[in-house]
Amino acid sequence: MIVDKLEQSLRPPELDMPPYPAKYITLASGEKMVVHQVGREDVPRLLEAVRPLVTVERDFYDIVAARLYAELLAYQRYRVKNEYVLAGTIDGVIVGIVNGRMVDADLGMSYHTVAIKRGLRIGAQLFAAKMEYHMDYLGQQEVLIVAESPIGYRRWMIEYELESRPDTWHELGGVPTHVLTKALWEKHKRMKCTGRRPVSPEMLEVARKLILPSEYPQIPGFKR
Amino acid sequence: MRKVGIAGVGHTKFGRAEIPLVDVLALAALEALDDAGVKTGKGNVDQVFVASMGAGILNRQSSVASALVDTLDLQPAMAETIENGPASGASAVKLGYMAIASGMCDVALVVGGELMRVVTGWEATDFVATMLHPDAEYAYGLTLPAFAGMFTRLYMDKYGVTEKDLAMVAVKNHEHAMHNPVAHIQLVPNFHAIIEDEDAHVINPYVAEPLRVYDVCPVSDGAAALVLCAMDLVDRFPKKPVRIAGIGQATDTHVVAEREIPTDLLAVRLAAERAYAMAGLKPEDIDVAELHDAFTILEIAISEEAGLFPRGEGHLAARRGDTRVGGKLPINTSGGLKAKGHPLGATGVSQIVEIVRQLRGEANGRQVEGAKHGLAVNFGGFGNNVVATILSKEG
Repeated sequence: MIVDKLEQSLRPPELDMPPYPAKYITLASGEKMVVHQVGREDVPRLLEAVRPLVTVERDFYDIVAARLYAELLAYQRYRVKNEYVLAGTIDGVIVGIVNGRMVDADLGMSYHTVAIKRGLRIGAQLFAAKMEYHMDYLGQQEVLIVAESPIGYRRWMIEYELESRPDTWHELGGVPTHVLTKALWEKHKRMKCTGRRPVSPEMLEVARKLILPSEYPQIPGFKR
Repeated sequence: MRKVGIAGVGHTKFGRAEIPLVDVLALAALEALDDAGVKTGKGNVDQVFVASMGAGILNRQSSVASALVDTLDLQPAMAETIENGPASGASAVKLGYMAIASGMCDVALVVGGELMRVVTGWEATDFVATMLHPDAEYAYGLTLPAFAGMFTRLYMDKYGVTEKDLAMVAVKNHEHAMHNPVAHIQLVPNFHAIIEDEDAHVINPYVAEPLRVYDVCPVSDGAAALVLCAMDLVDRFPKKPVRIAGIGQATDTHVVAEREIPTDLLAVRLAAERAYAMAGLKPEDIDVAELHDAFTILEIAISEEAGLFPRGEGHLAARRGDTRVGGKLPINTSGGLKAKGHPLGATGVSQIVEIVRQLRGEANGRQVEGAKHGLAVNFGGFGNNVVATILSKEG
């Protein structure tokens, strides 16, 4: 792709980010969810997976999905600095997506967590994977977090005992900011974050298919 | 006393309701009235009993029975709201039974319902804990899961119950719920994944050790309803009513620590004995049971106290598969509180709805073949107010 000067000036300079090593988690159903980092080439597929949720008002799926949709576009087309995206898949089918970005060497910015399949704590596991990336792989000291839904508030703010910093600015707007510190991560990660590595090449190959979900529990009667 | 039967049943899908409490109650009630062939309107229902533990506190609406009568256009039917903790539902059925048995009325509508998901899980847990002793228990932060955790630990030490036994009960009830379209949770956990896998500590974490997430019932909204009738009026109804053969109720100390043997659930034992005596039946006559498994350990303990298995052997029955559909004595064929859900006021009524469906042969994929007698045990407090109900198929 030829990047002209104007386009070049629009793109943010990026910092080096070590990749997130894929892992798999055995869910309560016995299914194995693979969590792996996806690239810009995968974004069109993810957009397809997210789009049906944009109109689901329940549990704030509409706001979260619409914002995630925009963030995925911004990532794909180089309009946000140092964004990353992790996908959760079961047998290759997309069951959840999380994203965020690296602000600098010490600070992370958590964006969104969407669980497409429900009832298996997929959102909680993907959020934990996201925090694991910031803390254990990017080596950051703090992650700024906001919640748009009560479910998110309970899962993150309360369960991780996040530090409240309402005066700290978060890129998602005026929602009160909470912070996962390194100390809080170390306190909670054993009971919140799990998974095994390495993921076998066969399992990873299936995960990378990023198959679109055929059903959404949030949308009864959904047909693709 | 007149004999009393159940002519109609109704049940909303448990889970999360998006409509007000009285509308949820009305949906279950209308289904039960339709099932019984009873129309709304003046004179068709003599009395309405509504069981709800939290309407006034969680939903800011009291006197819901009066509101339901108005919503269903049943005026001038008599109406009462019944509150007896998580045993409110079976208490309402008992009062409905007494109203008809006494000759005071011919047809009574009994509805139980709750909207609990309007608050967080923590707030719901706190609300339920308000039934504990305010000074000796609640003030110290005790909750029902905390009691259940301590009770489970004692039971494990005394009878050799293991976490795997508890998980077996959970998996079994979730499997049953897959055949019950009104169940809250339509998902079967994998036994290995929730108890043995190295990820189990995170995907099935401890809530009140040794109880894990999958040992505890969900917080649910929903309602269930029954149309009770005098058995001498059976010709009025399209379906042959199922007879309420026995009801027993008993109480125990409010403060759990004051019980002589903390692993005994005396009120369960007495309530069951009274119900058997009234019905002229024995535990071995029971073909199917709905037991109050708000925590998996309670299914095991109640099954023993109700005489269905020898003391200390309830978990062995679960291991053998006796309590599954197809086993010797299927328990919680509806999915139980564990998987069907536990909207407090609805639960006692919901248990009886399931027994009626079993005795009518309408339980589809979870049907217990040839079931003639069913037992429901609705457990209030931490076992300080328990109602046992026995239903029998007539003819």
